[in-house]
Amino acid sequence: MLTAFAILIDGLVYAAYLFIVAIGLTLIFGVMKILNVAHGSFYTFGAYGAATAVAIYFDRGLPDAGGFLLMVLFAMILGLALGLILERGVMRLVYGRDEVVMVLVTYAAFLVLEDIVILVWGPGSYATYQPLLAAGNIEVGELILSNYDLGLIVVAALLAAVSYWALKFTRYGMLLTAVIFDRETAAAFGINVRVVYTVTFVIGAMLGALGGAIMAPKIAVTLGIGVEVIVLAFAVVAIGGMGSIEGALVGALIVGICRAAAVHLVPQVELFVIYGVMALVLMIRPYGLFVRAQPRKI
Amino acid sequence: MLNRGSSLGGVLGTLWVLVSLLEVAIPPAQAQNAAPAAAPVKLGIVSFLTGPAAAPFGIPGRNGAEIMIEAMNAGKVPAPFNKVGFGGSNIEAKYIDEAGSAANVVTEFRNLVQRDQVDAVVGYVSSGSCLAVTPVAEELKALTVFYDCGTPRIFEEKSRAYVFRVSPHATMDSVAAARYLLAKKQDVTSYSGINQNYAWGQDSWRDFAGAMQVLAPKVTADKALFPKLFAGEYGAEISTLLTSKSQILHTSFYDGDLEAFVYQEQARALDKRMTILATTGEAAMWRLRDKMPNGTMIGGRGPHGPLAPDSDLNRWFQKIYTDRYSIPPTYPAYQMAMSLLGLKLAYEKARKGDAKPTTDEVAAAFKGIEFDGPSGKVKLAIGDGHQGISETAYGTYRFNKEKNEPEIVDIIRFPAECVNPPAGINADDWIKDGMKGAKC
Repeated sequence: MLTAFAILIDGLVYAAYLFIVAIGLTLIFGVMKILNVAHGSFYTFGAYGAATAVAIYFDRGLPDAGGFLLMVLFAMILGLALGLILERGVMRLVYGRDEVVMVLVTYAAFLVLEDIVILVWGPGSYATYQPLLAAGNIEVGELILSNYDLGLIVVAALLAAVSYWALKFTRYGMLLTAVIFDRETAAAFGINVRVVYTVTFVIGAMLGALGGAIMAPKIAVTLGIGVEVIVLAFAVVAIGGMGSIEGALVGALIVGICRAAAVHLVPQVELFVIYGVMALVLMIRPYGLFVRAQPRKI
Repeated sequence: MLNRGSSLGGVLGTLWVLVSLLEVAIPPAQAQNAAPAAAPVKLGIVSFLTGPAAAPFGIPGRNGAEIMIEAMNAGKVPAPFNKVGFGGSNIEAKYIDEAGSAANVVTEFRNLVQRDQVDAVVGYVSSGSCLAVTPVAEELKALTVFYDCGTPRIFEEKSRAYVFRVSPHATMDSVAAARYLLAKKQDVTSYSGINQNYAWGQDSWRDFAGAMQVLAPKVTADKALFPKLFAGEYGAEISTLLTSKSQILHTSFYDGDLEAFVYQEQARALDKRMTILATTGEAAMWRLRDKMPNGTMIGGRGPHGPLAPDSDLNRWFQKIYTDRYSIPPTYPAYQMAMSLLGLKLAYEKARKGDAKPTTDEVAAAFKGIEFDGPSGKVKLAIGDGHQGISETAYGTYRFNKEKNEPEIVDIIRFPAECVNPPAGINADDWIKDGMKGAKC
């Protein structure tokens, strides 16, 4: 019973972290049909932004809540700036090109941004543990759970709810949905697709940076964290279906629970289980769980 | 028709020009043929300068090289290393980033040897890099000294002629860890492990569990966890360990992963239930400071840093490093220093007169070398005289609140022959066979 409970909580925590990172990625792909490798850089910048915020704020005797807000604010500002610069400065120049070219451009952007991180923050790592330890913990039987992790689940749930509401019940959400379904028809109906692209890309960047900011207190903020997370985010998006928010949520839950179960029960397969699940899903549903095969347009 | 006078004058004039030109040309050629004593020794220094392994290992290693080479070139290293450079020849170092795939690493190695014509390469943190470079070094007959990588396989798979490693390999760390644990906690009944899922982590656990099986067969291994390298998020692993009855948690995690794990386990008070045994913890203690749990059993891949024996050379090295980089040297810096000192001694032993020794001469002099450095005595006693062994030490971590500094207490030193396999025996076989011949 305890193990089952532990698997559930650990799975939800991991799923929360993956969902926050993957939602931006799937949004960008759904609207713009771009597999944005630079999403890992948004995550990285968010983490470093949070590290900077923590260094400025914590350990000065100020209320901890302010520190959490400052972390998120720094990350969102960095995400906004990066998203704008990348979309307006680079991506708009290659719209309409072959998808492979788009991927290569985003990969090049990722490499450049990794070097910018070194220029700005140096090659060393940053410790950002203060929010994690400040949040405290709670005992549930033999398990001790971190309040920060439980908060992560709440944040992810809120983000999922807000995203769902925004897509289904707001004007902009409906415009976005129309562009996701059929960009050309949406343009024919007068939707300014270029503006939708810019706004979507920036929102995706901010969400990626938010993911980095939220994870920063749990990890050592160092070079390479973007690479690790982008591989996982791709797996989640592939399982759920590119461009599907519900798919990202379900994909994250599947990956999180399966991984947690593997760690508790069969740790030897922990590395393999995520990709094994992805392969299994794609064998049955080649476009992911929530996306159907699209007819080819001539 | 030739004018006899002008023809003679012309010939003399031409002769004069020719002689003048020859006077200018001949001395440099003569100098080259004589291989001047001042000809510098070119070293390639390879270490992680970017990426997750840079901060804990690559940069301290690079800094150790920089500070030692400067001191060597100034003749400021204490005796017996006080000759300028290598036997009077200044050292010129080229620093290369080890980051990238094994193919990249090998390409850069070839560039150093074939394009840059370095006299020796000193470097490599990753065991993967060392395994990839070794056959190439032998093929190119390039003198290569590995400074940090830990895999025992380098000299166990095959004899080497041009590859050396002054730093003992990882088996020493794991065997000493087991001995220290049993010396400090005689009542232990169960242990678990969390190690990265690649060669380093797998080998570390294998050797530690193997040594425990030999030294204390009644003590059982409970959870053996292998998260992905640089996973960063260890929530599920910590939950698993919280439900374990083990008193000890073995980990060979290093800096980035170790830091993340320590922060996450502290948030969930795992260290109140289990004592952590961190075989590479010394490299992280200056960063973790009061966040590393008091009571953590800590190793440093050998007698380095606070685990180093007290000596003039150690104190000198600590001072010059700390003065320059504002942080005490950690074990990668020590390993680099020891590697350079070993190479320097070999070079000076091989040198005869002013002529630069050949690679084969230096390799012959390096084989079986023994010396005292900042980390104490080391001898290239195994791997057919190419692999170093030394004593090692483990201790218990404590954050001294009065001094506001980390420190290691309850240090136990283990002789080299106690924790390293004898010559001619594979590390894994030695452990499985009950560590016969160990002299403790």
